[in-house]
Amino acid sequence: MLRRTILKTGAAFAVMAGLATGASADIDGPVNYIIPFGPGGESDISARLQQPFFAEKFGQEMVVSYQPGGGGAVGWASLNGLNGDGQTIMGVNLPHIVIKPAQKDVGFTTDGLNTFYMFHYTPDAIVVPAGSPYQTLDDLVADAKANPAQVTMSGSGKASANHLAQIKFDKMAGIQTTYVPFKGTGASVTALLGNQVKAQWGYTTVGAKQGDAVRMLAVAMEERHPLFPDVPTFKELGYDMTGGAYRGIALPNTASAETTKMWSDMIGEINADPAFRQKMLDGGFALLDVDAGGMADFMAARSAEYLNDAREAGLIK
Amino acid sequence: MEFGHFLSAMTPFNIALALFGVVAGTIVGSIPGLTATMALAVLVPITFSMDPASALILLGAIYTGAIYGGAYAAILLNTPGTPSAIATTFDGYPMAKKGDGDLAVALACFASVFGGMVGAIALLLLAPPLSKVALAFGPIEYFWLSVFGLSLIASLSNGNLMKGLAGGAFGMILSTVGVAEISADIRLTFGSQVMIGGFGVVGALIGLYCIPVLIDLVAVPDRHLKVEEDVKSVRIGEAFSIAMRSKFNLIRSSVIGTLVGILPGAGGSVAGLVAYSEAKRTAKPHQKFGEGEPDGIMATESANNATVGGGFIPTLVLGIPGTPPDAIVLGALLVQGVRTGPAMFSQSGSIVYTFIYGLIIATVLMLPAGLLIGRYAYKSIVTIPKAVLVPTVGFMTIIGTFSIRNSVSDVIIMLCLGVFGWVVARFGFAASPIVLGLILGPIAEQGFVQGWTIGAATNNLFGMFFGRPISQAILAFTLVTLFLPAVLAYKKRRSAPEEL
Repeated sequence: MLRRTILKTGAAFAVMAGLATGASADIDGPVNYIIPFGPGGESDISARLQQPFFAEKFGQEMVVSYQPGGGGAVGWASLNGLNGDGQTIMGVNLPHIVIKPAQKDVGFTTDGLNTFYMFHYTPDAIVVPAGSPYQTLDDLVADAKANPAQVTMSGSGKASANHLAQIKFDKMAGIQTTYVPFKGTGASVTALLGNQVKAQWGYTTVGAKQGDAVRMLAVAMEERHPLFPDVPTFKELGYDMTGGAYRGIALPNTASAETTKMWSDMIGEINADPAFRQKMLDGGFALLDVDAGGMADFMAARSAEYLNDAREAGLIK
Repeated sequence: MEFGHFLSAMTPFNIALALFGVVAGTIVGSIPGLTATMALAVLVPITFSMDPASALILLGAIYTGAIYGGAYAAILLNTPGTPSAIATTFDGYPMAKKGDGDLAVALACFASVFGGMVGAIALLLLAPPLSKVALAFGPIEYFWLSVFGLSLIASLSNGNLMKGLAGGAFGMILSTVGVAEISADIRLTFGSQVMIGGFGVVGALIGLYCIPVLIDLVAVPDRHLKVEEDVKSVRIGEAFSIAMRSKFNLIRSSVIGTLVGILPGAGGSVAGLVAYSEAKRTAKPHQKFGEGEPDGIMATESANNATVGGGFIPTLVLGIPGTPPDAIVLGALLVQGVRTGPAMFSQSGSIVYTFIYGLIIATVLMLPAGLLIGRYAYKSIVTIPKAVLVPTVGFMTIIGTFSIRNSVSDVIIMLCLGVFGWVVARFGFAASPIVLGLILGPIAEQGFVQGWTIGAATNNLFGMFFGRPISQAILAFTLVTLFLPAVLAYKKRRSAPEEL
């Protein structure tokens, strides 16, 4: 209660400060939060988790809508044509926004998107069904060495985070596995649970959702995920692999610097809320704080890595 | 499953939510372009302040109402309000043309409530064992299922198989335009960004079904629908006795709907089409499917509402959403702090069972609500003068298409498809095979690519495609559907050679 009062007082001061300096960046009415995919994926779930915290902190509703198509390209190609008054924001995803424009002209460029915050990532993970003979990552690697290409692994889409992870790990471990792309993580998990494939390139979120039905062999994080203290990282097992699919939010590029800053601060504030952090961790997500100021460096580093990986794998020219 | 959960579902607040949800869903579903997914997405924040079971009841009620509401536009305007109602147009619109639109709407209501109940009861009693169906279907089963779906073209294109197949092939080509769902290749866009999102199913439905109706309305001087001289205000009794006579059709279609609903890749449109073709295949000689046969409406409408309960089975048992609306419900639960996935039934059993009873209550409430709204919808479509009807519906097609993903490209594509559909209809090409190709093309392609990849990796391509029991069963069904009519006709000709 006391905390809330302090926060409210703080918010009131912030508003007054804003009025005083004449920087009138403020939200006015419900915010349209566009997810350029269908419902149910990681982008949707994390936006839904932000929704109540946004309403509580800033007194306005966040209305989530879906604009699927072209693996996100339909949404991103339309973003800069939308009103930049701060009432419309759109989810952005890595590596999608880097790989897609590198393949062909899809109506947007990576740098053309006004991405102002990357707020979480879903670490890559190798997932097997509970009844799988693979108890450890070594078991899987040994089987793949003995039977090249016979270890089938499902994943979400091609030239995606899952696919890039598979290519990278195969190279590191000196093995050859067969990647089977599915439409989204949900379909790829279904194939795993139905034993259509031997393993899955998924995320820690799969382990959180499926619980005892699956076993994760390793996660691509610097340190173990708090929800899975028994699952080793790839690093511990000798593979220098960290990363996953990163998610953030962008504004139309016509948004003013104040509006961009305001949004960056607001999302940062939600990300700092312990209750929000707990919900995200319970869902298997890993939080990330790259704000508007640090975005250029972050994107440059990630882009270079993705483009390099994709080029080596022959996914782009 | 105890009685206590039933009582906790029966609070006045929950009943009010169920009623509101059904009414709102029916209205949203009746407007082409507005989908259950959209309605749920907008309403999710309202549910944050409710307890999880009430939130689920509201969302489930909207969903089931929307699937029923899709029948109105299908019957009265020949335009499926939702993809689930595609097969409702086959007999619904001919019935409406004959002046039996009110009867058709009442039949759709009875069938939807029946199907909804079967799906919900399957969810209540058999969810854990039935969820295994979702896992038994691998890529190759989806491939064969879509081939089976395409074989329905043979039974849909009355007499003109070649034109039906050409339409189906055209639809499949349309489905490949844009960024490929799983391979991420960008195909057939001819360098234009208009086509990157491809041909959306809802937009194509509006274009191919609704625009030709609008053009004909303007081109022909007759009234839109024939109205009986002595308008019988209530035909509920008549509808009920027809429905009672078709018990077997209702039960079979509802079971088909429940099973197809469990498959995460299929959905209400496939369920409706499969149930329709089964009803047609087993038709009695006097039944004329495609010309206003009540059994056609009942088969589709019971099957598509059964997919609601069926779709919740993998959603609640496995944490795998059966349909996009299920995915939104799952997301709403996660925000509520409910652990979804395999642990849900054991850890949050009271929420799950209260929800299932709520869904049953909503389905029952759909009976009075649906009949009332249906009568109102019928009366307004019949009495509105053409000069008002055409611009109103025309406006709705554009708004509806635009609202799917705020894309002007979608509106342009919809209008072009509409004019194209009208032109080729002059030459005997129907819209349904094209739409069937568009819906089933991606399922077939993904299943084939995945099945081939796995089969090739394990050096077992032949076994992959032909060696799995479920695949073999679907394949056998496909062959029966394709060749049984021809064989029977041949035998008939042999046994009665003198009849010329």
